[in-house]
This record gives sequence, C-alpha cells and structure tokens, in this order.
Amino acid sequence: MISVIIMLVKIIAVFVVLLLCVAYLTWLERKVLGHMQVRYGPMRTGWHGLLQPIADGIKLFFKEDIVVESANKVIYVLAPFIVAVCAFASFAVVPFGNTLTLFGHTIDLRVADVDIGILYIFALGSMNVYGVTLAGWASNNKYALMGGIRSSAQMISYEIAMGLSVIGVLMLTGSLSLVEVVKAQSDIWFVVLQPVGFVIFLICGIAECNRSPFDLPEAENELVAGFHVEYSSMKFALFFMAEYAHMIVMGSLITTLFLGGWQLPFVDIGSFHPSSPAGQLAVALIPMGVFGAKVFLCLFFFIWLRATYPRLRYDQLMQFGWKVLFPLALLNIVVTAVLQMVNLL
Amino acid sequence: MVGSVFKRIWALLVGLKETLGYFLGTTILGKPITQNYPEERRTPYPRFHGLHMLLRDEEGREKCVACGLCAAVCPARCITVEAGENENGVKYAQHYQIDISRCIFCGYCVEACPVGAILLGGDYELADYTRESMIYAKERLLQE
Repeated sequence: MISVIIMLVKIIAVFVVLLLCVAYLTWLERKVLGHMQVRYGPMRTGWHGLLQPIADGIKLFFKEDIVVESANKVIYVLAPFIVAVCAFASFAVVPFGNTLTLFGHTIDLRVADVDIGILYIFALGSMNVYGVTLAGWASNNKYALMGGIRSSAQMISYEIAMGLSVIGVLMLTGSLSLVEVVKAQSDIWFVVLQPVGFVIFLICGIAECNRSPFDLPEAENELVAGFHVEYSSMKFALFFMAEYAHMIVMGSLITTLFLGGWQLPFVDIGSFHPSSPAGQLAVALIPMGVFGAKVFLCLFFFIWLRATYPRLRYDQLMQFGWKVLFPLALLNIVVTAVLQMVNLL
Repeated sequence: MVGSVFKRIWALLVGLKETLGYFLGTTILGKPITQNYPEERRTPYPRFHGLHMLLRDEEGREKCVACGLCAAVCPARCITVEAGENENGVKYAQHYQIDISRCIFCGYCVEACPVGAILLGGDYELADYTRESMIYAKERLLQE
C-alpha cells in the first residue's frame, strides 16, 4: 500500500516539476537568446519577465482551437497527444537522484527502474516521430507535410548513429539500465572514456529534438512553421511543450549516459550512509542538485548552439548523418571493443 | 584532409566563443542596447524632425506672418494657413493648423519659411486615438 502511495507521489511530483521546468525552459531560452543578441528578452511580465510562461500558457489556453476542414480529424487530434505523451513519458526512467530516506522508507529517486531504460527512451523517441509525421500528414497542408517528411527522414538518419554511439557506453557498463550506467560512473565519467561517442550522441540528440541547427522540420523561412502550421491553441501548446520536454529528456540522457548522472566528480556520494535525518536529506538532495545543474548546463548548451549556428541544408544534414556520424559511431564501437579486449578500458 | 576538418571544427568553436562573449557581456558587464522605452526615453538629436513648433520673437510676438509658403511647399498638403490682420495692420496667422497624421516630417516648411517662424522640434510621441485629435491647431504648436 505504502509503496503504491510513494509511487503515485513520485509520478505526480516528477510530472509537475517537469512541466514547471518546461515552462521556465521557454523563459530561459528567450532570455539567453536575448542576451546573446545584446537585448533583454522578456522584461514586462513580472520581475525580468518571470511570469511570461504563465502568461503564454493562459494566452494559448484561450486561443481558438481550429480544426482544419480538410484534415483527417482523428489523426489530426491524436498527433499532438502522441508527441506530448512520448516526450513526457521518456522521463520516467531517468534517475534524477540516488535514494531518499524518509521516515525509515528508502525511496529510489526515479519513477521506474526499467532494466532496458535506454531502449525504452529510444523507443519513445522514435514514437515521437510518428506524432510529428502524422501531424504533418493529417493537416492536409503541403508545408506541414514537408515538415513531417523531413522529420521522419532526419530521425531515421540520426537515430542510427545515436543508437550506435551509446553502444560504447553499454559495453563499458554491461547493462541497459540507466541506474547501472550512473553507478558505473562513480570513478570516471564516460565522457572521458567515450569522447567520440559523447560528441556523436550530443549532435544526434540535438537533431532528435529538432533543435537548431537541425530544426529542418520546422524551418520557419521555408515551411512557415513545419509540421505544426495548422495547429492552434492547446494542440499547438502540446507540440511546444513536448519539444521542450524532449529537450529536457535529452539533456538528462546526456547527463546520465556521459556526464555521470547525479555523481559528483572525485566524491562517491553513493557510498555515504549517514544516520542523522539531516545527513540523509543532504545525501539525497545533493545528487539531485548535481543532476539538475548538469542538465541545466546541457540545456544552456542547446540554446547557445541555437544562438550561434545557422540551419543546415537538407542534403548537408543527410550527408553529415550518413557519411560522418554513422561511420564514426561504428568506428567508436570497434575501437572500444578492441580496447576492452586488451583490457585497456 | 584531417587539417581541414580540424580547421572547420575550430571555426565552429570560434562561433560559440563569439555568442558566449555577447552573452556574458550582456549579462554581467554591460547593458543591452535595448532601451526600456516608457521608463527610459532617448533624447533626440538637435536636428531631429519631430513635432512642429511655431516660434515667437524676443518680445513674445508670433513670428509667423501668414505668407502661406509653408502650406504651398508642403508635399503632404497638411498645413492650412488663414491670414488675418491685427490692430497694427500686421499680417498674422488667424488660423494655422497642421494635420500630423498627414505630415511626413520632411522639413520643407522650415526651409520655406522666410521669417524662421516654424521649426521641427523633438517631440516624437504623437500617437493618438482619433484623426481629429491629430490635427494640431496653432495654440498647440505655439512655443511656450
């Protein structure tokens, strides 16, 4: 009984925090982009525009919900839900902390410890593409369709390299569980042992989130808004939230797989077991803070990239995916395997 | 081959450094170029073309002699002058109005004026709700 309650509380807490993070990630993005372009960003709603996400949410909520006459209604309505559910559900397996001991109960700080956590996230990431592609197709709009097609083509090309780049990490860990991956990094982060894998994963992760410079599915100047041209009100908001949730998941994934998750460098927090309640709380909260800080840095990096690089051309994108990242990822696996065979890793 | 790849990656990093420099410059060191308009107002340059002013001479008399040259030269045809004579027999502008919603602030009226009675001032906050209120009569244009 108590475990069910703990589970429910965890799910609700994670969902609410994730939603809040999504809301304030939009604020952060506008603020950082603004400062990189030597302007303020949102300043009017609340102190330094801090209430802007709430104002945006209210605005989107009260917008007219238009369903296109010639659209395939069922799929048109379903698509934003697919995208949003996939983005938010991905976070379920992310270990955002070690353990929290509260009133004698030890709570694992993750919603679900799935043995195949990485596969689960990859599966949901691929499902996400269905939402985007179907949204583009069901809108019955040529720009939306182009955006959807680009999205699927981009995902297929980049997901392969992405999957291959993780294999090095999996070889070092010997497990698909994200919890095990984090535990294996208590001595040294995988970014040191797998630099090539890290870079490939980072690039593919950005492509997977449809972020600039890989934001071809919603290339504003060619496709108006890409796959979500015909969406308004809360349906658009779902796409929008899903995109940012996806960013957070990708940041968490990079953190978990390569940057040591909630581990501090040089200090093995997992090995501390203080008896006092304050100490126990500290041992639970510090890893969460560390995890949050690392994810924040990843997200900042994503925004930073957006402010810096122009969008790739479609053929450049494909060429880069297939001719550079894919062979590099394969090479990375081979080198990792060989080094492991001779006991260097 | 390898050299050119590193050169390209280096170029990417230089780009990142550039934007980070702007970010840090805006966040920590200086202020953004943005002016928070209603709170901070820019002072116009001396020769800025803003709202017209009808000038007075040293004794406080209106300089305008209602010759109508400004109305004649105005490309937007926004100036209306009606001449009148005062008790000393001197011509003056009985009615003088400028339709600011038509005015293009070219400054021809200033150039045309033989007595230097009109000038473009620094007031640029001219938005209003009705067309009627955009028509400025002499009383609103006269220099205090």
